[in-house]
This record gives sequence, C-alpha cells and structure tokens, in this order.
Amino acid sequence: MAYKWDFGAVYAYLNLWLKGLGVTLGYSLGTVLGGLVIGVACGMLLLYRRRWVTLPIHYYVEIFRCTPLLVQIVWFYYALPIVLSVELPAWLAAGLGLTLYMGAFSTEIFRGGIISIDKGQWQAARALGMTNAELMRHIILPQAIKRMVPPFVNQSIIQLKNTSLLYVVAVPDLMYTGSVVVADTFRPLEVYTSVAAIYFAILYPLTLYAARLEARVDQ
Amino acid sequence: MTNSSTYSDPAGDVMVRASGLRKSYGTVEAVRGVSLEVKRGQVVVLIGPSGCGKSTFLRCINLLETPSAGTLQVGRRAIDFASSRSMPHGRDLARFRARIGMVFQQFDLFPHMTALRNVMSGPVIVKKMPQRQAEAIARELLGKVGLGAFTERYPRELSGGQQQRVAIARAMAMAPEIMLFDEVTSALDPELVGEVLDVMKQLATDGTTMIVVTHEMAFARDVADHVVVMDAGQVVEQGPAEEILLQPKNPRTVSFLSRFHSTIGERRA
Repeated sequence: MAYKWDFGAVYAYLNLWLKGLGVTLGYSLGTVLGGLVIGVACGMLLLYRRRWVTLPIHYYVEIFRCTPLLVQIVWFYYALPIVLSVELPAWLAAGLGLTLYMGAFSTEIFRGGIISIDKGQWQAARALGMTNAELMRHIILPQAIKRMVPPFVNQSIIQLKNTSLLYVVAVPDLMYTGSVVVADTFRPLEVYTSVAAIYFAILYPLTLYAARLEARVDQ
Repeated sequence: MTNSSTYSDPAGDVMVRASGLRKSYGTVEAVRGVSLEVKRGQVVVLIGPSGCGKSTFLRCINLLETPSAGTLQVGRRAIDFASSRSMPHGRDLARFRARIGMVFQQFDLFPHMTALRNVMSGPVIVKKMPQRQAEAIARELLGKVGLGAFTERYPRELSGGQQQRVAIARAMAMAPEIMLFDEVTSALDPELVGEVLDVMKQLATDGTTMIVVTHEMAFARDVADHVVVMDAGQVVEQGPAEEILLQPKNPRTVSFLSRFHSTIGERRA
C-alpha cells in the first residue's frame, strides 16, 4: 500500500513553526554576531605576539575547533552550571556554546585575513610614518576585510545549520519544533521533510550569495 | 661634495650619520659595524654582492630593522642602540620614519587605492593634511614622474615602471629629508628600468639627499657623489664614484666590479 502524504497535518501547526523559525534565526544571528565580536577581539589580540596573550587564545580556538559542537552544547548545558555553581537558563547555556564555537572560527578567519596581506604593505605603510593604528585602519583592514567576508559568510551558513543541534537541550528551534509536531501527529515523513525544506529555502540563497562574494574577491 | 672624512658639522649639514651599526638575526650578523655619513644633497650609492647586508643596512636607517648595536643620527635625532631607552617607539617611531622616504624593490603600492590616493596617503593619513592640499601635492608629483594622465589608475592597471614611479611620488609626497632606494629597478623588465632611473636622476639634480642600493653601475657612475662598497656585512671601500668604480683598490671591489666592466666603461652621454 502506497504511503499517503498529508502535509495538512504539518500546516496545522503554523504558529509553532513560525516560533521555531524565529528561534533558529534568532540563535543564528545572535551567535554569529557574538562570534564576530569574539573573533575580531581575539584576532586583534593575536597580533600583539605576546605569549601570555596569544597562548590562551590559541588554546581557546583549538579546544573549540577540535571537539564536536554537539559535545560542547551538551557540556555547556549540563556541566557549566555545576562548574560555575550558578543556575544557567537552557537558552543561555546552549547559546554560549554556539557563540564561543563561532568565535573560535571567526578568530581564525580574522587572523587568516590579516596575515594574508603582503608584508610589503606593512613596511610601505611604516616607511611612510604610519602608526600601527593608522596602518591597520587605512591599509591592512580595508584589504583584509574583503578577504574575510566570504569565509565568514560560509561559516555563518554552517552556523545556521548547527543551531539544529540545540534540539538536544530542548531549545524550541525548527528541529525541536519538528519533534514536537511528530509526537503530536505521528507524521515524521511530512514533518522532517518540511523541516529540511525550510532549512534549504533559507540556506540555498545564502550559499549562492556567498559564491558570488567569493567570485568578486577573486577578481 | 665627497669629503666624507670631515666629521665636524657646524651647519647641520649631515643628514645621516651611522657609526658602528650592527644588525644580527640570531647568530647570523648581516651588518657588522657599518659607519657612513651622508650630507645634505648628497647621492650615496651602496653596491656589493647579493646578501652583503646593504639592503639590511638601508632598512636600519628608517628603523624598519632595529639595529643591534651602534649609533644612528638622522637629522637632529640621534639613537644609541646600546640603550633601549633611546630607541623610539609607537608614535615617536612613526614620526622618525615620516622624515625618511623609502622606495622598495616590489613597489608595494596600496592596491585598494588609485595612483593619486597612494601618493596622497602619507600626507593625509600621517600628516592629517586636508584632502585638497594633499591632492594638489599628489597631482604635481605624479606630473613630475610623468604620470599626470594616470592619476585615477589602480596599481594593477599600471606597468611595473609606472608603479615604481608612483611609489617614488608617494615617498616624495611626505617631503622627506632623505630618500632611500632599495634595489628599485631589480624587479623591472629591462625596458622599464630607464624610466625609473630617469626619475631618480631628476631627483638627484633637484638636490634630493639619496641613499641608493643598486646594481645599476652606469647609474652609480653618472649620479653618485659617493660610492660605498659592502661585502659580508662590512664596508670594504668607499670614495668618489669615479675613483671607486674605475680604479678600485680593494681586491673584493675589483672582483665584484669585474662583472660590470662593460657597463662602467661606457662613456658618459
């Protein structure tokens, strides 16, 4: 007997879906912006080349890059409140993990962008008499930011997908909403197909945009 | 103009005075006690085999490299590298460098700026000069190096020779007390070398104080007041251009120059 698809059951929960979508987009935006701030701050600090500054940042980046995000989220949710012996609301604990994860990758993107600028640019600016702040602002950053944007957009796209991991700590994002609707309707096929379709509808245009950005920088 | 042995300087005519300057990288000593005096309006050409430390010495003068020992005086500012306190830092270091122009082998123009903006960058960013005033200076200098019609071009739209002329104009826009040239024609196609050397000759004629590291022996012969020969991090011989290039005494100078004799022997035009 052929399966009878019924998306009506999915549509009936429109309000819930919209809330879930809001949570997904909110977490994506929030953690991407938070990660950007961390990335710029840590990336700048790495330029100081003092070991007591760079070493902690280096370990921060590597710890978050070399452990699975799912483990980080679960750890922040269950372990961090105990370590700090403070009550952390679920949304904050989970969001903190995602933000620090994005921050680690942003730090690498920022650092990579800066060091990709030819040494000659630094020496030419210094020879003209620019201070470090002046040469950073007028010579290095304008060139480096152009190179940072495509990898940062790509990482943001991955980050939006990663928010689906919030599901495990019961943050009501798209994915979690899906599981709630499935429990109610017993229609996993329609529900999870819809969840996938929504992610795709958001991310596909973004990847096209990222590809265009990359092509522009290559010119 | 070549009485290099005079060390009294009542008129403040000495622009650069280096004595016993050393620079080492770990255990390797690239500059091993170089002393040199350059007077206002003088053109000093530094020659020597690759890796002899002449570029490193040049980069010590505007502190792109920090010498490990010795003293350096540029204008009225003297630095003794034996004491870390006299080494300028931050804004002080930037101001020190702002008085010295430098042109590099690879041009190092700012790719996100037009030729005009490149030349304006020093006056606007460092001296905080109003845009219009800086633009007037930049247009005049670009005209002087023969690029008056190329002000709106980006570096990638210019030939190597044109880029290097923009780089010279960019350095000159700071109205430096002295100009340093670090093998500025070495990265150029042979047919583009002449246009850059012509600009440098013009600067010399205008009375610009210049220290030039180069392998262009004909330029040294025609333009230099004083030639300094370096080898293995030390000055092996120095004196008036004609004397050093045509009757070198030091065997290392003789062997180095033997590779260039066809160029040096040509009669002046």
